[in-house]
Amino acid sequence: MWSDLFLLPFLTGLCLALVLPVLGCFLRLRDEWLAALAYAHVAAAGALLALIGGLPPAFGGMASAALAGAGKRIFARRLAGGAAFAVLLLAGWAVAVLLAANQPLAEQLGHSLFDGQLYFSGAAQFALVLPSSVFAGVALWLLAKQLLLARVYPDYFKARGLRDWPVVIGFDLVAALTLALATMSLGVMGGFALVFVPAWITFRRARNWRNGVLLAGAIGVVGYIAAFALALGLDQPFGPILALLLIALGLIIA
Amino acid sequence: MLIRAQALVAGWTGPATAALDFVLESGQILGLTGANGVGKSTVLAALAGRARIFSGVLEKRPGLRLALQTQDVPPVVGLPLCGRELLALTGATQDGLPPWLVGRLDERFDRLSGGQRHYLTLWAILRAPADLVLLDEPTNNLDAAGVAHLAGALRDLARRGPGLVVVSHDHEFVEAVCDQVITLREAVDVV
Repeated sequence: MWSDLFLLPFLTGLCLALVLPVLGCFLRLRDEWLAALAYAHVAAAGALLALIGGLPPAFGGMASAALAGAGKRIFARRLAGGAAFAVLLLAGWAVAVLLAANQPLAEQLGHSLFDGQLYFSGAAQFALVLPSSVFAGVALWLLAKQLLLARVYPDYFKARGLRDWPVVIGFDLVAALTLALATMSLGVMGGFALVFVPAWITFRRARNWRNGVLLAGAIGVVGYIAAFALALGLDQPFGPILALLLIALGLIIA
Repeated sequence: MLIRAQALVAGWTGPATAALDFVLESGQILGLTGANGVGKSTVLAALAGRARIFSGVLEKRPGLRLALQTQDVPPVVGLPLCGRELLALTGATQDGLPPWLVGRLDERFDRLSGGQRHYLTLWAILRAPADLVLLDEPTNNLDAAGVAHLAGALRDLARRGPGLVVVSHDHEFVEAVCDQVITLREAVDVV
């Protein structure tokens, strides 16, 4: 497992296993957990489009997710109540499936994106994921107080003359880029499992926000390491093993 | 002078309050009372810049720091947030908290009783760093001990410098706590 063959994939996934659960806590705080699936599907569609266009799939995935994250605010009034994420999810899924059905190259990558391709992560992927995860962690740490204040005391937030759009757009971009990277490495559902389940457990069990964020990160890392070892040992795909392990952990703890 | 209103008429989509005149200085408490529907909360929202001013003048001291408590309950159910973290969000001090809350600051906020939650959310606004504190029906959900403690806390805060505007249907509370009281009438009767 610790040979060069698996070390880089392991470290790539580990970075995401640390940051995705923390991101999940903030998405749940904002009632936006559906965003995880939406951005992942948009990233998958963008990656396939880039592949067909002769561009690096990772660039396409991140660019499309970032555009979706920044652009959803334009339609916020028409698509309130989480509808924006549902629309993005459906559009991303439809485009990705159509591309995969009509382009042989895209079909192969499409399967990899939806099932996860962690074991094929190399130095280039790790070099992208490591700094992005550090950036996302720092950004969330910096935005945490404003995001909490805007959620708990929206009127106070506005009365102080604080503008919520820089905070919201900043958070949307961090979420979109992180989830795009997660989709490229862990697959759509593997990334979603790490966003959703640790935050779900945390919101039920944690004593306070600080402990909750730490607990979510710990659940993500423990679940990830166990799933990585189990999937390798049993020669099974990583994503479903991770999802099942996290669900089992969630049902026991929550 | 913190704020001055001259023939102020406020509302959301149209004029909804009678014309109002007052001046509030630092360290003073202004009470707004009156029957349901006369626009007490709308006036408060106008002072906070949320509702529209349809006529009259509202002057505010430049750089005025506002703290606003509304009747909306913060969406904290299911949120892992403790009382100490809630106070830290607004920068509110714990000094002067009632004894029945001091020992519960490390508990999850959504596991406190309704009255305790209300008082703590109110305290987070009341003791946030501010020059003008706007409170909308602060005595709601409080028992007699809570109301008595709140009255003392408001007077104590005013002595430290900030001005306060308190909207309440509780005439007795407003008369006991405030330096000046305005009883709002129906807009149609006055305008």
